[in-house]
Amino acid sequence: MSVVGKIVNSRWFSPLALLAAWEAGSRTGVIPERTLAAPSEVAGTLFGMVVSGELPSNLAVSFGRALTGLAIGVIVGVVLALTAGLSRKGEAAIDPLMQIKRTIPTLALTPLFIVWFGIGETPKVALIAFASMFPVYLNLYSGIRGVDLRLLEGARSFGLSRAEQVWHVILPGALPSLLVGLRYSLSISILVLVVAEQINASAGLGYLINNARDFMRTDIIVVCLMVYAVLGLAADWLVRTVERRALVWRPSLVEA
Amino acid sequence: MDARLNFLSDAAPVGLAPLHGEPPVVRLRGFTRRFGENTIIHDLNLDIAPGEFVALLGRSGSGKTTLLRTLAGLDGTDGQDVTVPTSRAVVFQDARLLPWKKVWRNVALGLRGPDVRQRAEAALREVGLGHRMDAWPLTLSGGEAQRVALARALVREPSLLLLDEPFAALDALTRIRMHDLVLDLWRAHRPAVLMVTHDVDEAVALADRILVLDEGRIAAQDRISIPRGERGELARPYREKFLQILDGTARADGVIPFPHGIPA
Ligand SMILES: Nc1ncnc2c1ncn2[C@@H]1O[C@H](COP(=O)(O)OP(=O)(O)OP(=O)(O)O)[C@@H](O)[C@H]1O
Ligand SMILES: [Mg+2]
Repeated sequence: MSVVGKIVNSRWFSPLALLAAWEAGSRTGVIPERTLAAPSEVAGTLFGMVVSGELPSNLAVSFGRALTGLAIGVIVGVVLALTAGLSRKGEAAIDPLMQIKRTIPTLALTPLFIVWFGIGETPKVALIAFASMFPVYLNLYSGIRGVDLRLLEGARSFGLSRAEQVWHVILPGALPSLLVGLRYSLSISILVLVVAEQINASAGLGYLINNARDFMRTDIIVVCLMVYAVLGLAADWLVRTVERRALVWRPSLVEA
Repeated sequence: MDARLNFLSDAAPVGLAPLHGEPPVVRLRGFTRRFGENTIIHDLNLDIAPGEFVALLGRSGSGKTTLLRTLAGLDGTDGQDVTVPTSRAVVFQDARLLPWKKVWRNVALGLRGPDVRQRAEAALREVGLGHRMDAWPLTLSGGEAQRVALARALVREPSLLLLDEPFAALDALTRIRMHDLVLDLWRAHRPAVLMVTHDVDEAVALADRILVLDEGRIAAQDRISIPRGERGELARPYREKFLQILDGTARADGVIPFPHGIPA
């Protein structure tokens, strides 16, 4: 294959071509700056914002919000799923409520949360927590319920107590589902973060974007979008790493 | 026909003549098991002597697994007259190893004490898998997984070992190796064994006594006194008789007596 052919077939080719076209469009004036800033300009802005500390400090604020909300949501989701998954009474009490809640889009609750919690940090964190709780709940609950009954029976035949069965069989069996739920929760928390930060923020990525919008600084908006994308990628990488460690026993990951 | 060969008869009522004069480890009297309207096991009497190797034959759906589950304590007995030892272990057809635990941890599952790893290792050595201690179960072959399951059962030193078609999924050659292994382990540890199987050859090769379960009852049984290893030509006549019993032809010509109502 020729060098040119190799380049064209590479997975990097189309994104890079798009980037080059974008830059060319900006340079020639086909893309006006108030529509979209040029990539080179975006890179310069990014550098400047990093050096001035503007980006790191606002990123830290956003990151803190997402992390707090996520931690609360995941913990509540896990506790509810364990209760509903491991006991009939818990299931009867919790699962119907969760299924009802599932039909309401979380973001539609934003006005209500603002009424309840005002426009400070609380509604932002609460929205993220509320939204990220469900993927964890749903996946872990169905994971617990889907544990191979034959394995459970095998464990029972060796005289394992109920607590030991939960610890040795049910929880490890449900772990892959939990991790799937966790991955969804992570991406949802970032999604909700974007929306929640539109609520009258005075710091954070959303604040930067709102400000930039008012001054039509498309370069700053693009920088923030890139940061959101990086956050999403980092979240995904995190779960993959955890998965690789926690699920080493899986055949696709096992090096025999 | 060999004089020692007592063809699937009821000459001795089901296990009531104790093998070594010791009290039986398993004792069922008038045991009945229903699922809804269906009576799967009907008024069954069964004794198994300590250290006795019993094979349980029967057509699919005849209730073999149901009986084994009862003996394993996996199903309730509703206060019926059922005696089983507390130390018992099961090997299922599918090895049922926990895929997220390394091999030795599977063997050690539920064991208590300081030297658990050593005990697991010793058991794995016995089945020839000492070198796979730290392997993940999903990397084992079917035969290896079954050997681990055997080790996991034996490490508990059970007085009753229950095997539910343990080698059905293995190829013929591996199965024969497993037979030798099971016999070696049985001789070394002397548990009473109840092995469910579809394979008449397997039953003949391994067991002290063969039971045939049909329509919830023990339709026939036989004790094989010929030493293992000299039983080569025994399987074929057994298979024929077995099929006759299940066809009902044997019943019609009266060759095989059916000990339905065994005196308690
Ligand atoms: N939990 C259950 N509920 C209802 N019916 C059952 C249940 N378990 C077993 N049965 C029925 O009991 C009968 C005997 O089942 P069992 O599994 O004991 O057969 P088996 O002799 O082991 O057959 P196979 O050789 O195919 O394994 C079958 O008809 C089966 O459908
Ligand atoms: Mg069965």
